Amino acid sequence: MSGDAALERLKREGRIVVVGASLAGLRAAETLREKGFSGSLTMIGDEPHEPYDRPPLSKQVLLGKATADRTALPRRLDIDAKWRLGVPAAGLDMKARRVRLADGDEVEYDRLLIATGVRARPWPKPEEGSLDGVFVLRTRDDGAALERALAAGPGRVLVIGAGFTGSEIASACRERGLAVTVAERGDAPLVGALGGVVGAVAAEMHRENGVDLRTGIMVTALEGDSSGRVRAAHLSDGTTLEAEVVVVSLGAQRNTEWLTGSGLGAGPRGIACDAGCRAFDIWGIVTDDIYVAGDVARSPHALFGYQFLSLEHWGNAVAQAETAAHNMLSESAERRPHVWVPAFWSSQFGVNIKSVGVPSMGTEIVITQGSRAERRFVGVYGYQGRVIGAVTFDQCRWLDFYEQQIEQTAPFPPPYSTVDRRPEGNRPLDADFPDPSIPTHGPTITLSGYSPADRRMKFTPAHN
Amino acid sequence: MTEGILRQILDYSSRADPYPLYEELRKTPVFHDGTGPYVLSTYHEIKGLLHDPRISSDSRNLTAVAGDPLSETGEDEGEGVLPPSFLKLDPPDHDRLRRMTNRPFGPPHSPRRVEQMRGELGGIVKGLIDAIAKEGDPSRIDLVEEFSYPFPVTVICRLLGVPPEDEARFHVWADTLAASLDPDPGADPAERADKTKGARMELGMYLAGLIEERRKNPTGDMLSELATAQGPDGTMTTMEVLSTAALLLIAGHETTVNLITNGMLTLLRHPEHLARLRAEPDLGVPIVEELLRYEPPVQLLPQRSTLSDIEVAGVTIPKGSSLWLILASGNRDPKRFPDPDRFDPDRQDVQHLGLGSGIHSCFGAPLARLEAALALSELARRLENPRLLEDPPPYRQNAVLRGPRHLPIAVDGIRD
Ligand SMILES: Cc1cc2nc3c(=O)[nH]c(=O)nc-3n(C[C@H](O)[C@H](O)[C@H](O)COP(=O)(O)OP(=O)(O)OC[C@H]3O[C@@H](n4cnc5c(N)ncnc54)[C@H](O)[C@@H]3O)c2cc1C
Repeated sequence: MSGDAALERLKREGRIVVVGASLAGLRAAETLREKGFSGSLTMIGDEPHEPYDRPPLSKQVLLGKATADRTALPRRLDIDAKWRLGVPAAGLDMKARRVRLADGDEVEYDRLLIATGVRARPWPKPEEGSLDGVFVLRTRDDGAALERALAAGPGRVLVIGAGFTGSEIASACRERGLAVTVAERGDAPLVGALGGVVGAVAAEMHRENGVDLRTGIMVTALEGDSSGRVRAAHLSDGTTLEAEVVVVSLGAQRNTEWLTGSGLGAGPRGIACDAGCRAFDIWGIVTDDIYVAGDVARSPHALFGYQFLSLEHWGNAVAQAETAAHNMLSESAERRPHVWVPAFWSSQFGVNIKSVGVPSMGTEIVITQGSRAERRFVGVYGYQGRVIGAVTFDQCRWLDFYEQQIEQTAPFPPPYSTVDRRPEGNRPLDADFPDPSIPTHGPTITLSGYSPADRRMKFTPAHN
Repeated sequence: MTEGILRQILDYSSRADPYPLYEELRKTPVFHDGTGPYVLSTYHEIKGLLHDPRISSDSRNLTAVAGDPLSETGEDEGEGVLPPSFLKLDPPDHDRLRRMTNRPFGPPHSPRRVEQMRGELGGIVKGLIDAIAKEGDPSRIDLVEEFSYPFPVTVICRLLGVPPEDEARFHVWADTLAASLDPDPGADPAERADKTKGARMELGMYLAGLIEERRKNPTGDMLSELATAQGPDGTMTTMEVLSTAALLLIAGHETTVNLITNGMLTLLRHPEHLARLRAEPDLGVPIVEELLRYEPPVQLLPQRSTLSDIEVAGVTIPKGSSLWLILASGNRDPKRFPDPDRFDPDRQDVQHLGLGSGIHSCFGAPLARLEAALALSELARRLENPRLLEDPPPYRQNAVLRGPRHLPIAVDGIRD
């Protein structure tokens, strides 16, 4: 059978299985149908819910502005799928092209898409992490439970880790009028993703909004009372802090364990794939029928020196899923690379934060517009004489321009003048990222230049 | 061929259909005839410049450019009398004033203000159409005079909080100021300038009085809120409230008139869509969106300048140059919109430039969209068998704020 005919047949009566029924999984499924795939489509998800949206969990839901069960993702079209919800995939037989489910069922595929995402990194000591009143925030159920705990009006909330999620949780607590302490191992909030210069602005935001922010501090232990409720946390400076609610916000772990032993290049850093979303096996050989997308994927990006990027970004999940779906149904000459320029947004303390490119690759930063003191500015990150990323605080309408600058590998520092350029903005500063060998809660973006599928890599949890 | 093309665009004879000229211009995405402004006519380039921080909107950066045919007609909403409105300022002043103006107008502080006006707007539309039914001549109705002109001014009055008994006076000033934006080559310029200045003074004094009154007794309308708000940005000075109010009046008025008139004209030329709208009033929303692409009320932005040398589509535009961004041409760029000259309300991907983009994107967009959708749906529903009496209708002189000066139509009757 010629390639063409095989592809036509796949489109008409093939079997496609998607593992991970969330943002990337749903968008891929919709794209497959849009592109005329009329075969059988199976969506496997370990959560009992149909696909829902996570960003509102730390924003609207914690404020009580939306309930957790109202964040279902809008459907662009009916995907006519067999849903296997509430049952995790437990194994993969690449040779037989079969996914094994935890309940013992097996599902055969002609093409497989893996979109199992990440999960919240739990508190490293399980007996402390299971105390009543200790939360993480990743799922809808997490969101609902944490919202209930906040609505009950606890005397103090402790947030461990001041990345984007931790900062948003702290912001929500303040908006609800709750006393909140944030403990961050690094020198400032958001320091892993945006560096110390911008982190200092974030720190001011926390403090001005009444957050008890403690940086350079680790939580060493959580303590419960006799009924198993958390009551206090012990800090590395020797102090003890009483708190009724503790939110562990220490970054994420990739959901790849179910692939152990399958021969696929999957590990703690995610699943390595080529720029067309095709997964690598453990030998670094690209597979033809297994694709990955979303938070769990790790793919080389031409614009960033072909480094393998893992991005925990909503927009990345959507774009990568669409590319994966397109490529699944295409001849090799028609396949497209996933060349999405990373972009991320967050909102906290009433400030809209957005970034493009890969700020964490930057070594220097220039404030090209606005001012840090006013907390309205554009920061441009430079790496080896070129623009590599940008961040805006309440200035997002300029972002398209900076995205283009990144795409065009424009020179750094920017040689031009702009509107709203202040004297402070003429001098590049050290962007002040922490030494990557010292763990923080884990930056949103992790970069690595290692060869794909290096499964012997030692995994060090950020906190222990 | 492009020789003198800017003159041709400004020339009145091109007013009814400038689109072939734009098509010609798009062959040279960055057009410059040696002395005048740099003219941008393609979608992606315009869009890029609207987000480019090296472009200034501050007229003080715009040294009058030799050969810029528009810099000769430099009337604006408050010239010489009022400080520049945020339309003509760069950040940080622009951001501060726009932010303060937005507080009583839109999200996050006033998310429902525009939506809450829906009923009131519907009432105004109904009143105007009722008046045509009662007093108008069904064999000749000028939709501009009788409908699309009075509507937005009345809306602005209500929004600002002009008392109903003063609305008539307000309309006269507004009309005079609006006319000043549309130079009439036949009229005596000195006389006209005098009249405009008089109207501006009277309106200014009237508004200043109203602002004082609202400072003492705030009533929840926009003028009260602008005059009394004490947000993180402080309080607006009376002069700032005045220039903001003048901006809302002129910008919110001129554009909506043309949006509605261009809309009716387009629908009368495409009766199949008019019929659809009659049957299905909700179609007003996508129809307005496509109109903003197909016949945008603001055809071009003539007052931007470059703060640095910048390269666009392979051409270096030197620092200090004046730019014209021809939004209406970008909206018909075939590289961006398939079959761009077709009016197609079913278009899915209609990210047009009709309301601009970037930090200066139309402040009143939500209100303009609502006004136009309500107006067009209601006209479609009530006018019986409407037909154009002149096609093309007589246009206004203005090439920037382009639209018919009159839209004479005939109807068989007006439904209830
Ligand atoms: C609180 C919060 C706020 C956020 N805010 C922002 C934001 O402001 N901006 C932004 O850009 N991004 C934000 N994100 C990130 C964004 O939500 C993610 O990038 C996006 O959800 C990734 O989609 P995904 O489909 O790849 O992974 P996920 O959404 O993680 O979905 C993976 C799914 O696979 C399931 N799964 C895992 N293992 C298995 C298995 N073995 N079998 C079956 N199913 C399995 C998981 O349970 C999950 O349902 C936020 C995330 C969170 C948690």
